[in-house]
Amino acid sequence: MGNILVEEKQIVVPGEVLADGMDFLPANGAFRENDKVISMRLGMVSVNGRLIKVIPLTGKYVPRKDDLVIGKVQDMNYSSWFIDVGYANDGMLNMREATSDFIERGAELSKYYDIGDFVAAKITNVTKSKMIDLTMKGPGLKKLVGGRIVQITPVKVPRVVGKQGSMIGMIKQFTNCQILVGQNGRVWVSGKEPTDEHLAVEAILMIEEKSHVSGLTDKIKSFLEQHKGKMPVASVAPKPVEKPFVKPKTDNQGERK
Amino acid sequence: MLSISKQYIHTLAKKGLRADQRKMEEFRKPITVEYGISAKSAEGSARVKIGDTEVVAGVKTEVGKPYPDSPGDGTIMVNVELLPLSSPEYESGPPSIDAIELARVVDRGIRESHSIDFKKLCVTEGELVWTIMIDIYPINAAGNLFDACALAALAALKDAKFPKLENDVINYKEMTEISIPLEFLPVSCTIHKIADKFLVDPTRDEELASDARLTVAFTEAGKICAMQKGGDYPFTEEEIDKIVNLAAEKTSELRQFL
Amino acid sequence: MSYKRPDRKEDELRPMEAKVGVVKNAVGSAMFKIGKTIAVAAVYGPRELHPRFLQNAETGILRCNYNMMAFSGSGNRVRPGPSRRSKEIALVTTKALEPALDLSEFPKTVVDVFIELIQTDAGTRCAGICAASMALADAGMNMKDLVCAVSGGTVGDVPVVDLDYSEESYEGGAVDMPIAMMPRNGEITLMQLDGVISKEKLQEAIKLAKKGCLDIYKLQKEALKAKYKEE
Repeated sequence: MGNILVEEKQIVVPGEVLADGMDFLPANGAFRENDKVISMRLGMVSVNGRLIKVIPLTGKYVPRKDDLVIGKVQDMNYSSWFIDVGYANDGMLNMREATSDFIERGAELSKYYDIGDFVAAKITNVTKSKMIDLTMKGPGLKKLVGGRIVQITPVKVPRVVGKQGSMIGMIKQFTNCQILVGQNGRVWVSGKEPTDEHLAVEAILMIEEKSHVSGLTDKIKSFLEQHKGKMPVASVAPKPVEKPFVKPKTDNQGERK
Repeated sequence: MLSISKQYIHTLAKKGLRADQRKMEEFRKPITVEYGISAKSAEGSARVKIGDTEVVAGVKTEVGKPYPDSPGDGTIMVNVELLPLSSPEYESGPPSIDAIELARVVDRGIRESHSIDFKKLCVTEGELVWTIMIDIYPINAAGNLFDACALAALAALKDAKFPKLENDVINYKEMTEISIPLEFLPVSCTIHKIADKFLVDPTRDEELASDARLTVAFTEAGKICAMQKGGDYPFTEEEIDKIVNLAAEKTSELRQFL
Repeated sequence: MSYKRPDRKEDELRPMEAKVGVVKNAVGSAMFKIGKTIAVAAVYGPRELHPRFLQNAETGILRCNYNMMAFSGSGNRVRPGPSRRSKEIALVTTKALEPALDLSEFPKTVVDVFIELIQTDAGTRCAGICAASMALADAGMNMKDLVCAVSGGTVGDVPVVDLDYSEESYEGGAVDMPIAMMPRNGEITLMQLDGVISKEKLQEAIKLAKKGCLDIYKLQKEALKAKYKEE
C-alpha cells in the first residue's frame, strides 16, 4: 500500500512529503520517516520503479574518488602541493603523483606547479573526514595554461557534458575551443579567439541556468548557431601610453608575478 | 561565475579586450539606483547596483555639541562595513583597512568638496549642530565597490530629509520636508590601469589584477573635488591627465542615474 | 476597552515577500520581508573551520551571525558591531536551525549563515530565521524540513500573531513570544517570551504562532521553487 504524492521532475523543497505508505523506497536525496518518504533537499524528483530520489539543483562540490577536477594550487611544502578543488579542505598532490617524469627529492616544486596555477587532476582517495588525495598521472591530466575557467554548480555538470559527451562536444565543435569539464563544476575553456571562448562560456552558463528545461539541446544549438562568428569583437584599444620606467616584477621565466 | 588568472586578464588587456566582452571604458549593465529602501527607519536610504555589485546605504542624523574650534559647523561621518554576507573574502570583525579606505575616500568626496555646507547644519551656534551619518554596506561585492559605495552614499543623501527637532531633541517618528542641504553631487569614478591600458568598472578578478587605480570625483561644473590613488604601481603625469579626462566623461554618465 | 488591531485581524500576518538567490557570491541566499522588517541571509560553506579545536570530527557545524544595519532602527543610529543582543539572537537562531540540518557529510567544517537587517519593525529574529532557512535550502544543504518563525503573543491581553513595534511597546502591556517551527511535524525549535501571560492565553498564542508559521511556509516553498519555474 502506498501513494506517490509527487510527479517525475517536480521541484520539491526539503521536508516535502514525496510518498506515503511502505511501497516506495527513499533513494539519494530522500529519507523515510515512519510511513512517509520525504525529500531531504531542494531538488527535482526522479522516480525509478519503487525508488524515489531527489536530484539536487544546487550545492557545493562534495569530493568523490575518481572524480576529475580542476584545481588551483594554493600552497606547497617540500614534497607536496595543496590544491583548492572547491571543497572546504584542499586536495593534496604528492610529488610522486605529480607527473609521469621523475621528480628528484629536494627539487624545486614550483618549477612544476606554482601557486596560482590551475591544474586538471584526479581524486585518488577521499578519507572519512574528507581529506583528499590527488594525482596528475594519467591521460588528460595537466597544468592548464591560458584560457579561462568558469565555475558552475557541480550538480549541473552531467547536463553540461550531456549523454556520452554530446552537449559539450557540440559546444566544442561550434566554438573551436578546448574544453575540460571538472566534476567540481569548474570548466576550462581555451580557444584561439577570446570571442570563441566567450561564446562557449555563455553556452555553458545558459545550460546551468536552464538545466531543468526540456528541449535544452536544441535551444543551445540554436544559440550557438545564432552567435557563431557574430559575437562583436571588443573595440580597438585606447592608444598605448609611452611607458618609460618600472617594469612589472617578473620571475626568471619571464611570467608576470 | 568566472575565474580568470591575472595573466589572462593582462593578456587580454594588452589587446584592449576584457573577459566579459565589454569595452575598456564601459560600465556593466544595468546600473540602477533605488531610493528609500529603508524608508521607515532611515532618514534617507538607497540601493545601487552596478552589474552584479550591489550596495545599500542609509543616512541617520543626530544632534549634539559642535567641535570647539568650529562652533557654527555640523559635520558628516561615513562608515563602510565590508559585510561577510557579501563575499567569501570578508570576515566578521573590526573594519579592515579596505573598509576604512573606502569610507575615507567616499567621505573625502563629500566633505572636502564642500558639497554639504556645514554651516547649514547648525541649529544654535556653539550649542547644537547636526551630524549626518552615512553607513554603506555591500550586499554583493563583485568589483568596483569604490564607485558603487560613493554612488549609494550620494543617493542616500539625496533621499534624506531632516527629522523633526522638538526642544533640541530629535523626534524620529516625524519627518520634515526639508532635505539635507546638498549644494551639488560630487560623483566619482575609479579608473584602473592594467598592462598600461585604462579600464572602468572592474569585476573582482580585474580588480585583483589591476596595477594601479585612481579615483576622481567631479562637481557638476566639471571641477575636480577629490582624488585617491591606490595600487602597487605608479602613474606618469601623462597617464594621470588621460585618467582625469576619462573620469570626467564617466562621472557625467553616472550622474544621470541619480 | 479591548485592543483592536487597526489594519488586520488578530490571526493575520503582515504582508510578506520572499525571494531566493539575492546574493550571487553566496552558495545560497534569500530575502524575507514581513511588514516593514526586511532581512537578508547568505550562506557560505561548508568551509574550513578555525580555530581547530572548534572542529567536530563527526559533522560540520552551523554558525549564524546576526547584524542590524546602522540605519535599520527606527530611532537612533545603531552603533555598528556585535552587541550582547545580537550575539544572543545569533545563538538562538543557530539553535532554531540546527535540528533541521544534517551536516554529517562535511565533518570538521563550518557552514556560515550571515543575517543582515535592512529595516526593522519588530519580529527581526523571526524574519532572520525565515530568510536563513530558505538560504540553507538554496545552498543545497541536507535538511529534514524548512524552518519558519513568527512571533505570537498578546497585546493588551488579546492574543495576536506577528506583533509590530507599536504592538510590542503597547502601553497597556504586551507579550512577545518568538517561535520557530519545522512545519511538517510542528516541532518547535525556538521559543522565547517577554511579558506576563496566563497559561490559557499562552496556549492561544502558541496556536496562532504555529498557524502563522504555516502561512510563512507556503511563501518559502514558492520562493524556493520560483527560481526553477519554466519560462
